[in-house]
Amino acid sequence: MTEIPKEEMLLKCPSTCAGCGSLLALRYILKAAGKDTVLVIPACCNSVIQGVYPYMLHTVPVYNIAFAAAAACASGMSEAFRAVGKKTNVIVYAGDGGTADIGIQALSGALERGEDFLYICYDNEAYGNTGMQRSGATPLGAITTTTPNGKTVNKKDLDRIIEAHNLPYQATACASYPADIYNKVKKALSIPGPKFIHILAPCPPGWRTPSEKTVEIGKMAVKSGIWVLWEKEYDKFTISAPSRAAMKKPSPVVDYLKAQGRFRKVDDATAAKIQAQVDKNLKKIAAEAAYSEENA
Amino acid sequence: MSDKLVMSTGNKAMAAAVKMVKPTVVAAYPITPQTEVIEAIAEYVDGGEMTARYIPVESEHSAMTACIGASITGVRVFTATSSHGLLYMHEMLHWAAGARLPIVMGQINRTLAPGWNIWAEHSDALSQRDTGWLQVYVSTVQEAYDATIMAFRIAEDNRVLLPVMINMDGFLLSHIMQPFEMTEPGDFVPQISLPHKIDVNDPKGYGAMSPSDIHFTFRHDMEKAMRASRTVIAETEAAFAKRFGRSYAPIEEYLCDDADVVIVAMGTLGKEAEVAADLLRKEGVKAGVMRIRWLRPFPVDMKIEGKDLVVIDRDYSFGFGGVVAGEIQARYPQAKIASVIAGLGGQEVTYEDMANFVRTRKVGTEFWFGIPSEEQ
Ligand SMILES: Cc1ncc(C[n+]2csc(CCOP(=O)(O)OP(=O)(O)O)c2C)c(N)n1
Ligand code: SF4
Repeated sequence: MTEIPKEEMLLKCPSTCAGCGSLLALRYILKAAGKDTVLVIPACCNSVIQGVYPYMLHTVPVYNIAFAAAAACASGMSEAFRAVGKKTNVIVYAGDGGTADIGIQALSGALERGEDFLYICYDNEAYGNTGMQRSGATPLGAITTTTPNGKTVNKKDLDRIIEAHNLPYQATACASYPADIYNKVKKALSIPGPKFIHILAPCPPGWRTPSEKTVEIGKMAVKSGIWVLWEKEYDKFTISAPSRAAMKKPSPVVDYLKAQGRFRKVDDATAAKIQAQVDKNLKKIAAEAAYSEENA
Repeated sequence: MSDKLVMSTGNKAMAAAVKMVKPTVVAAYPITPQTEVIEAIAEYVDGGEMTARYIPVESEHSAMTACIGASITGVRVFTATSSHGLLYMHEMLHWAAGARLPIVMGQINRTLAPGWNIWAEHSDALSQRDTGWLQVYVSTVQEAYDATIMAFRIAEDNRVLLPVMINMDGFLLSHIMQPFEMTEPGDFVPQISLPHKIDVNDPKGYGAMSPSDIHFTFRHDMEKAMRASRTVIAETEAAFAKRFGRSYAPIEEYLCDDADVVIVAMGTLGKEAEVAADLLRKEGVKAGVMRIRWLRPFPVDMKIEGKDLVVIDRDYSFGFGGVVAGEIQARYPQAKIASVIAGLGGQEVTYEDMANFVRTRKVGTEFWFGIPSEEQ
């Protein structure tokens, strides 16, 4: 059993929508990171969630920075801390837009340079802050305010892009599995160099789901295999327990789609296409895990 | 002419105007308070009401660059942004103007971080003054619509061929509902014909290495185009008035002829100032208003002889002063200016406040509204 500290690092006044997956995830990230941590936040929902000056939600310092700039800012901050001998954790907490779209250049640069910080992308699969426009991470078929008939192209495979930088630690997670998040953040922060965690964060207004269903929807994503939990430490690739269980007999993706208003314009052909993509991806991931085990 | 009276926000009116002039490409990236403009356009395109290509790019730098790429092929192009988005475009704003591309952009004025703040301020656009873009500031929903239509005609005029930025105060106008006449522009905006468009049958190099003397000429040509745009703006606004009955001028004057003191401001502050002038007139103060609409090219014929000017800047150039006050002083050294800094970060400024600025004005000084006098 994972022992998660009782102490709360977030005060009880977030300006989130009810049932926000990104805040749920952050709660456990900060529990794992502890007090010697600075958060770097580019423009996103979490710029708002933290409250309005002079009030503050977090019990660690938060540095807000321009949308495209988070990874570069964290690079400077981390280099400066290390230069004076401080171990302080530098954690970027950015949305999928700030990561997969506008921020990807600075992120790629920082990963290539081997900067020592943890970059966490919480993925609500759209631009939440500005009112749910499509992002590069919006999945095929999802309705957003700039794809009113559903997105016609696929979700960008952010993890493969990050992976190409060969960083020492990389993982995926989901807001519905707090212990998994907690463990992954702990492990990431124990490793020097760049670390990246990609967290699926259900978003009730964006996904058009009831606020109380956040955890359930996230679990449906994992159980269907449309979202797979894994981690990669140096070359060791492992599928995390919830996904290992799910992959034995994944539930139909269409159940996941049907549970969300944003997919209501998905027709049968598109649903079949999404299912085929999921099947293919699951095979790829299983093969990767098997290969990693054989060559361990 | 078939005018419809409709209710709309400034943003939606701008989007409607864009639909009317039928651009071929729209590339845009969302940012509050501009999002409504591009969401409306995305809906038009997805719903088949507009045949433009809508490119949902991954950043503003790419939005402006995609517009540049599209524009050089000779088609009509639109984008919209605000605040940090505009600043993120800064490099490409120079590329657009330097390449003499008639891109039209809706620019919803908003404050800059840090201290995240989404409310109105003009610092974003004013810090782009020197990029070679024309800048117009609007004050009503009607004007947002009309200026958008005119902007295409002005930008695409072969005497100009410079991009145009239509500035609209965030929330104060972008999200305010007002009735307006939705005029069908018809052929008011002629077909675009870009003389230097890319043509595979007449291959040319664009933006190649250019020696100093030639580069110098390019820059001088831009300034000549800016000067010519004064004529084109005047012609376009006159033609618009004649055809659609609504007239505009680079500086909108209100009760200025006999005024002893004139409030100068841009955007919604300039409109609100008219109410302040009415109030002051009742008190026997001969007050007027000059609302600067076109900041670039800067107005060359401000009639300010013998008048005190109370210039309200919703912006600031640190270490210098209010930008508009500074611009006026530089061009009209004899101007008697009382500079007021007000409305930053969306600070509320009412007509009563403005009347007070006039009553308590001290020519030659700067006054920050809301900061206690001992701290000024
Ligand atoms: C240069 C720039 N462009 C646009 C914006 C407006 N903006 C702020 S947050 C945001 C979307 C953020 O989306 P994402 O990163 O997915 O995070 P989320 O809001 O979903 O939490 C946008 C477009 C900005 N702040 N700066
Ligand atoms: S929009 Fe979504 S991600 Fe943003 S605060 Fe609301 S629930 Fe959270």
